[in-house]
Amino acid sequence: MSTLTEAPPPLTPPAPEPKKPPRKRGRWTPYWLLLPGILWLVVFFAAPMIYQASTSVQTGSLEEGYKVTWHFVTYWEALSEYWPQFLRSVAYAASATVLCLLLGYPLAYLIAFRAGRWRNLIMILVIAPFFTSFLIRTLAWKTILADGGPVVGALNTLHVLDVTSWLGWTSGDRVLATPLAVVCGLTYNFLPFMILPLYTSLERIDGRLHEAARDLYAKPSTVFRKVTFPLSMPGVVSGTLLTFIPATGDYVNASLLGSADTGMIGNVIQSQFLRVLDYPTAAALSFILMAAILAMVTVYIRKSGTEDLV
Amino acid sequence: MAFVNWFRRNLVVIAGLLTLAYLLLPNVIVTVFSFNKPNGRFNYEWQQFSTDAWKDPCGVAGLCGSLSLSLQIALWATLGATALGTAIAFALVRYRFRARGAINSLIFLPMAMPEVVMAASLLTLFLNMGAQLGFWTILIAHIMFCLSFVVTAVKARVMSMDPKLEQAAQDLYAGPVQTFVRVTLPIAAPGIAAGALLAFALSFDDFIITNFNAGSTVTFPMFVWGSAQRGTPVQINVVGTAMFVIAVLFVLASMAIGNRRNRRKA
Repeated sequence: MSTLTEAPPPLTPPAPEPKKPPRKRGRWTPYWLLLPGILWLVVFFAAPMIYQASTSVQTGSLEEGYKVTWHFVTYWEALSEYWPQFLRSVAYAASATVLCLLLGYPLAYLIAFRAGRWRNLIMILVIAPFFTSFLIRTLAWKTILADGGPVVGALNTLHVLDVTSWLGWTSGDRVLATPLAVVCGLTYNFLPFMILPLYTSLERIDGRLHEAARDLYAKPSTVFRKVTFPLSMPGVVSGTLLTFIPATGDYVNASLLGSADTGMIGNVIQSQFLRVLDYPTAAALSFILMAAILAMVTVYIRKSGTEDLV
Repeated sequence: MAFVNWFRRNLVVIAGLLTLAYLLLPNVIVTVFSFNKPNGRFNYEWQQFSTDAWKDPCGVAGLCGSLSLSLQIALWATLGATALGTAIAFALVRYRFRARGAINSLIFLPMAMPEVVMAASLLTLFLNMGAQLGFWTILIAHIMFCLSFVVTAVKARVMSMDPKLEQAAQDLYAGPVQTFVRVTLPIAAPGIAAGALLAFALSFDDFIITNFNAGSTVTFPMFVWGSAQRGTPVQINVVGTAMFVIAVLFVLASMAIGNRRNRRKA
């Protein structure tokens, strides 16, 4: 934030040009290169955050306008009214992240070590769905999970739905409009964001380390536990972040695949902003979400010990 | 026993392929249902085979208009974000300057922020400024969130560049401009292209930020969102399928060209 307010390096009187061959570059060049982009981010990313923070402590109405009154009660009211949605967001996003890791790891491993000449093709197949609008693909899950469809029928025959209903993940014979459908959609939507970082870090592993472990009589499972998985940690960390953060703020899956009982915090922010037009509450909710995510991410990165992600 | 052993050895392959199937299943459904002839307004249940939608992809009011608007916005956002982002990436890798830490976090934060938060805060700014929501506000927002991704992509490439090549160019009496155009830019091009492609895909497919800042302007994702409430025309699936096929063909073609070039070099 201090980029623009901070004074550029003071102009020194025309000092004798220091001999710094072979490159002679203007000392201002980096600032000119940075200026337009950074200005864009300051005006349209950083400033709105501050604006939003100030909106969240304003009171007033649409007709009479809003004034900053340091009305922190808005935060308390927002939290006490919408804590179920907050909890749901974190729970759904966490489940989706774990599922993404469980589903994505084998595929990333397959691409990195076992795919051979199919590697490029599988890679394309992982990325290509991105080019079909994610809303269209999410709507396709309505067909896949439709009541009385093959998927629901199979789950019913295997009595899986009895268990999930008992756990409260589904209700009766339905999968659509239940938490399970939302988590399934979130997992699907953010899976590539898990696979790609995992693949990148797995691909960097030196194959000779595996050989060495096997030469030392490690079982395949031990090789994985002691060599492969620890070395893929950077991918696991950035993959979980890339999945968890957008999943927490998502409201598309909850709206399209869920019901009123599966609303996430994104749904609340969206409707407060675009339908109810209660800007202070919406701003407060959005601010809480941002603070919560930044806090969780910081703790997570500290714990997992990979701070040089950026 | 042989089967059990084979199964255990290939467990990871089977699990990986199942995940791949999970990833591709929706695309299969989208494609199959682009040949559907639904009874009601919603295209969620299979009725009968028909190619009506493929013959008349623009047959739904507003669909092709929103598609062309999305393409325009994606194009301009890509241009803007790529220009601004490439400049930042070069400055970060090649120069020393003050407040590097602050600038790095300013670039990282938009990628680590849920879209809803950025969308909502940007809308507060626009509302307070009294800006007219529409094409320009969407474009501003898209450039903003694409920028960081371009910086990351270009930075990775420029960082792996050998600075000796530029020194060599300068030793051969190339001026700074000539060095940049003839040496630096061609080497950085793949990174810039990757950043631009990413920006295009992100902008074209963005819904959450656009939904907040579009006013009554309708981009393609917003059209799909609206139709999920009012009734989904088959043409949506046609567009989705066409986009998938074009993307795969594009990638395959560029790979084939790359292979041939490599072979010629070898």
